[in-house]
Amino acid sequence: MTELLTNILSPSWLAYAIAAAIQCALLLVVALASAAVFIWLERKVSARIQDRLGPTRVGGRFGWLQPPADGLKLLCKEDIIPAAADRLLFRVAPYISFCSAFCVFLALPFANGWVALRLDVGVFFILAVAGIEVFGVILGGYASGSKWSLYGAMREAAQVVSYEVPLALCVVVPVLLTGSMDLVEIGNRQAGWFTNWYVLHDPFTFVTFWVYATCAVASTNRAPFDLAEAESELVAGFLTEYSGFRWVIFFMAEYASMFVVSGLAAVLFLGGWNGPIPIAGLLHLGSDPDTATGFIANLLGLGNFLIKTVAGVTCVIWLRWTLPRLRIDQVMTTCLKYCVPLASAMLAGAVLWTYLCPGGLIARARHSLTIAAEQQHAPTQERK
Amino acid sequence: MNLLAQPVGLPHYLVVSAILFVCGVVCMATKRNMLGVLMGIELVLNGANLNFVAFGSPMLRAGPSDGLGLDGQLIALFVIVLAAAEAAVALAIALNFYHTHATVDVDRGEELKG
Amino acid sequence: MEAINWHGFFFLFFAIVACAFAMAVVVADNIVRMACYLVVSLGAVAGLYFLAQAEFLGAVQLMVYVGGTMVLLVFGVMLTARGPLASMRTGGGQWIMAAIAGGALLAMLLQAAFSVSDWAAPKTIQEQAAVEGSPSARLGLGLMGVRVDQLEQPNLMLRRGMSGHLLAFEIISVHLVVVLVGAAYLARAKRRLDHKQAKDDQRP
Repeated sequence: MTELLTNILSPSWLAYAIAAAIQCALLLVVALASAAVFIWLERKVSARIQDRLGPTRVGGRFGWLQPPADGLKLLCKEDIIPAAADRLLFRVAPYISFCSAFCVFLALPFANGWVALRLDVGVFFILAVAGIEVFGVILGGYASGSKWSLYGAMREAAQVVSYEVPLALCVVVPVLLTGSMDLVEIGNRQAGWFTNWYVLHDPFTFVTFWVYATCAVASTNRAPFDLAEAESELVAGFLTEYSGFRWVIFFMAEYASMFVVSGLAAVLFLGGWNGPIPIAGLLHLGSDPDTATGFIANLLGLGNFLIKTVAGVTCVIWLRWTLPRLRIDQVMTTCLKYCVPLASAMLAGAVLWTYLCPGGLIARARHSLTIAAEQQHAPTQERK
Repeated sequence: MNLLAQPVGLPHYLVVSAILFVCGVVCMATKRNMLGVLMGIELVLNGANLNFVAFGSPMLRAGPSDGLGLDGQLIALFVIVLAAAEAAVALAIALNFYHTHATVDVDRGEELKG
Repeated sequence: MEAINWHGFFFLFFAIVACAFAMAVVVADNIVRMACYLVVSLGAVAGLYFLAQAEFLGAVQLMVYVGGTMVLLVFGVMLTARGPLASMRTGGGQWIMAAIAGGALLAMLLQAAFSVSDWAAPKTIQEQAAVEGSPSARLGLGLMGVRVDQLEQPNLMLRRGMSGHLLAFEIISVHLVVVLVGAAYLARAKRRLDHKQAKDDQRP
């Protein structure tokens, strides 16, 4: 794209700037569109779980236009800042949350090679940037100038920071199996049939996936870990004083981070852009994304990735409307007494597995049987 | 705009790290709030880290085998880890001070004076 | 003004943000705002690390400093900041002395930065320095005791000393455990001093 623009516009710095702006805008559109879709999805799924229909009026039978209508309503609301609030920090807090949730999209691959910034330390970068979101929460809670906001913010910060530890331990297992932190590499390593997916690689990784799911739900502050926004206890936690557009930004940050953890689970454990059946391989479409057939293969991969991510987000939404909320001490107990030891044990188990049977269980069994057969033949030959 | 056309070299990084370092030192020297002093310490450590990374960066070197190489990044990594540990201890001390004096004003810590 | 060196542009951006917010930390009054400015400054330093091709270190800076140490600091600020006591001013005389000392130190450091001719700007515009293998793999191997980046070191004496950083890695791991246990013990909740008595001891 840069070369195309350089030919059209004369100052080359303008061409570069516009090309970069277009790519950033595309990524922003992905983040915002996914947030809008998930808002609609949440309302529909929650409605069905509660035996009702959900939005059915705005935009036809299924209420497609409900999220834009909601957004428009919230934009038109009065801009209220509490008198006791720290004005600068109150204004800045939602944007910190949203920016950190959005920056993760920079390193998340959507298909083979289709990643905005192919980093050698992709997974680590994602974890690091996702950990900055907690600042928006703390600042929002403090800057609101009300004690309920501060309590909610502190609880949420403690929860998110605590769950980063088992989350990182769970993420290390696929990195261990691949030998690289590059997400594109991790996804490509799971190519082929669905038995190649890391979740089915060994029992330790299987358990790790479920621990990762728990920690991911906890770190995005979704139910049953959402006591920071607990409507029945703290009004709305750190969101109490936020209304209108600022609340929308916080909300979009939450949905963007849901997309991100779901996408990360898809790439790390569920094969990423590789479908259960290697259609592209069977049709000999080739894997070079610059060719036309490779582009089609990548589109299929993109579809796979999106299906898995949306399925993950649906499960997270399903959990919210099914399970009751945990207390803060139960949340911390789950993290420190269950998730961390389990994740550490699974990491140790995965290390042992890669050391003892590096090619997989079947290869190892075959290897052992071959050695046993050779030993049986050798004494027979000696006797002869 | 000539400034933007020149390549970035080692002195640029060293200037930035010097400014960070001096800001940290002034912060440590003038703040009465103990946590302000701690922030000054973090600035100082970051300035030094930036120095290490600049000397170890492959693109800022004059020749292929000059400079610190990977050592720069590794030392900076160790410094970050140690700084985090030191920040934890410093905060524990600050909390202790707060529990005994009901304030974090360093000017109040004068039991050993005279 | 045909082409901008984008590397230089972003370096200038991150450098200005880092320095400006570091100076804001020095000048600010409110402790919470100081913490916020410090967070932005450290984030800009992480950006500078990314520009210097130390990507792993940039991610570590974001995770450990911004995500960890600063959260710790903000928690500490929340636990100890109390309304009117949240801003304590320093006298004018101390500011002048600190400015003189800081200025002298800055002048000395700047003079040192520009004095060595070997450190002057490289001759060509930055191109991607060719790195063989993945940089984070080389870092990891270095921590495990294998120095793959200095295999062609001709001096035998120096090569003997390049055993990697395994010992330092282990020492730092143990150090972290010790420090965190100690900090948790130091910061445990004890019976607090009677606040009324503390107020009587304070100067007017």
